[in-house]
Amino acid sequence: MGLETEAGFMTASLNKIVNWARRNSLWPATFGLACCAIEMMASTDSRFDMSRFGSEAFRASPRQADVMIVAGRVCKKMAPVLRQVYDQMPEPKWVIAMGDCASNGGVFNNYAVVQGVDQIVPVDIYVPGCPPSPDALIYAVMQLQKKVDNAVFSDRY
Amino acid sequence: MVDTDVRLGLSGSDLAIRDRQFKADVARLDESNLTPDTSAEFKALVDGGLGDEIVIAKRFRGQDFLTVKKERIVDILTVMRDDPECRFNLISDILGLDLLGFDREPRYEVVYSLYSIPHQKRIVVKAQVDEDDPSIDTASGVWIGAEWPEREIYDLFGITFVGHGDLRRIMMPDDWVGHPLRKDYPLGGEEVEFSHNVRDRVGAEDTPSPLF
Amino acid sequence: MSVTQLATTSSGLVRARDIPGGIELERYLDPETEQETLTINMGPQHPSTHGVLRLVLELDGETVVKCTPHIGYLHTGIEKTMENLSYYKALVLTDREDYLSNLCNNLAYSLAVEKLMQVEIPKKGQYMRVLLNELERIASHLLWLGTHALDIGAMSVFFYCWQDRDRVLEIKEHLSGVRTKTSWICPGGLRGDAPTGWMTRVKEFLDYFPARIELYETLLTNNPIWIERTRGVGVISAEDAIAFGMGGPSLRACGINLDLRKAEPYSSYEEFDFDVAVGTYSDVYDRYRVRIEEFRQSLRICQQAWDKITALGPNAPVRTPDRKISPPPRAELDTSMEALIHHFKLFTEGFHPPVGEAIGAVEGPRGEKAYYVVSDGSNKPYRAKIKGPSFYNLQALPRMCEGRMVADTVAVIGSIDIVLGDIDR
Repeated sequence: MGLETEAGFMTASLNKIVNWARRNSLWPATFGLACCAIEMMASTDSRFDMSRFGSEAFRASPRQADVMIVAGRVCKKMAPVLRQVYDQMPEPKWVIAMGDCASNGGVFNNYAVVQGVDQIVPVDIYVPGCPPSPDALIYAVMQLQKKVDNAVFSDRY
Repeated sequence: MVDTDVRLGLSGSDLAIRDRQFKADVARLDESNLTPDTSAEFKALVDGGLGDEIVIAKRFRGQDFLTVKKERIVDILTVMRDDPECRFNLISDILGLDLLGFDREPRYEVVYSLYSIPHQKRIVVKAQVDEDDPSIDTASGVWIGAEWPEREIYDLFGITFVGHGDLRRIMMPDDWVGHPLRKDYPLGGEEVEFSHNVRDRVGAEDTPSPLF
Repeated sequence: MSVTQLATTSSGLVRARDIPGGIELERYLDPETEQETLTINMGPQHPSTHGVLRLVLELDGETVVKCTPHIGYLHTGIEKTMENLSYYKALVLTDREDYLSNLCNNLAYSLAVEKLMQVEIPKKGQYMRVLLNELERIASHLLWLGTHALDIGAMSVFFYCWQDRDRVLEIKEHLSGVRTKTSWICPGGLRGDAPTGWMTRVKEFLDYFPARIELYETLLTNNPIWIERTRGVGVISAEDAIAFGMGGPSLRACGINLDLRKAEPYSSYEEFDFDVAVGTYSDVYDRYRVRIEEFRQSLRICQQAWDKITALGPNAPVRTPDRKISPPPRAELDTSMEALIHHFKLFTEGFHPPVGEAIGAVEGPRGEKAYYVVSDGSNKPYRAKIKGPSFYNLQALPRMCEGRMVADTVAVIGSIDIVLGDIDR
């Protein structure tokens, strides 16, 4: 195992190490739209403290983010912007659709609202609730961590 | 009547309920008509030579409503703002109304809900706008804050405001077709998928229902 | 006007890709002064615009020459959707338009519907409404204070404020089971009475919170950096503020004493003893001071409401007994056929207000929140227009930040406390 040398090293499969690094520093891009954004902010505050799971560093710039949390209803005027922000994020990237509106339109089945953000971007985790409580969002992040952990890292470079 | 209701998407049961209610409610209305003696605003308009402009003046549930013709709306609103008995200096809101379901002419109304800070009271001035010529003079010269609500009405109802400096869509994208809050504009959205209509939605006969 | 048009119409020179997202920079020469100005697109996805507001700023160096807000990125079609739901179901949407003052929206809508239906709410229901509204105001102002301070650079305030806001949300959760969107105030009264132990919990918060207000004041009020960033920034004259139709603390900071709780009392506000905080200089700092004072006044009202509710006792009704609008209690369904019929009618068909229109207006945390409800006699509102105070406050933004530094724009946006759900609806 290499413990006899002075510096010390460990062997592991590259896949495990890379996934371990990815999973524990999922930096979200702020994509707060409506009510859910407030609960998303609440999940980073001192009470719920999402930094326990390595996701407290909300990045305003999509270039520095790994996961986009779509928090709130996406209307048709906003949809191109959402897609553009997603395209600006570097790979590997994941999407959490937070709340009913982002997942499937929620109560707003009308002319203005996109019926589910999965029509625009690929979604990894859906969080139910209107709005979901911060615990639900933290649970979603943990589920995403599992998903990252089980992936083959070279599929997403 | 029938034509209008089809455009509104009302079903037969909706119509029956509505007609029954119309008859039942007429007796219960505590509606009274206003006169220059009972309403300071009415009197101010009459004094300003605008008495002929008033079509309906009524008080309903303690709230005064003045329905006026649209031609001299700017003069009327200026009187409302400047007359010492009125002093409605704050616009509470400006909204559009599409009266398609009421079978009443004219079709549109632009409603100015005004608030007077000195007198602490509220009045609603409604200007009638025809379907053939959906336009009215802008109130942005009276209150600068009328600009955005007028843009909103232009966007959602398609009523043009003559003399407005910056009339373009505000809520919907610039290339949107139609005016969503009109009553003949469909609600839109997507049909919700249930187990009984999944075949219709997918459109394929041989698609198995997810439940069976 | 798109970015492209803006650039070409004001200079005749340059071009831009008209992309509504991200930040894009434009350079062109002003033909008259030969001065270089820069057009910056701020938003709609920007951390300090408090939602999806998009501003097109024309800069001369650091100075804002022109500021054009673009809204509509959160237009949800709530008014149209309400027209297609029964009165009771439409209530749920009122929670979701201005998502920081849910209970105030509930109350405004309920007042309008009750005016149409001509029903009177029992006293305890009215006091409970007052108590819930003031708690909502505290929660909303706490969120405002935290995010506004964060925008300006005082990060720790954010954590303190959210901690306290969560206490209010827990009170709401204890009452209804939901943290934010309770729909607890409904036409006819309240959804239900306070559960066991709820009043004690409210009392605990009322005893706890005054010391926290002092804490916020210690952190900010005399903080030289805070004063430097806020004093004399974003000034608007009282005449302009009225002409723009501004409301709430932003209007009161201009020295105008307009508070609907005093001006046209609703829900028994006339029985409460409180003062209206009014500013002098109408700058960002005054708006901060006004809201801090509103914390104290809200606490005073809460305390009085708590006393009044306790005096009425736990068995006093919170809903109107009028079965046209209020469903019968569960126990009655087993014994009374009539109660069963009422229950069935209310939950399948809903109630039918008579033909007419009514305005329900309350003083929300951001200003006058009004619902203009038109009834055609059916069980659905024919038209429900939401007056969003932020819509009018935001309209005055160019007047407040043109001619000033670009960094001040962020402070001004924060100070008028806009909520995009309230603006776009």
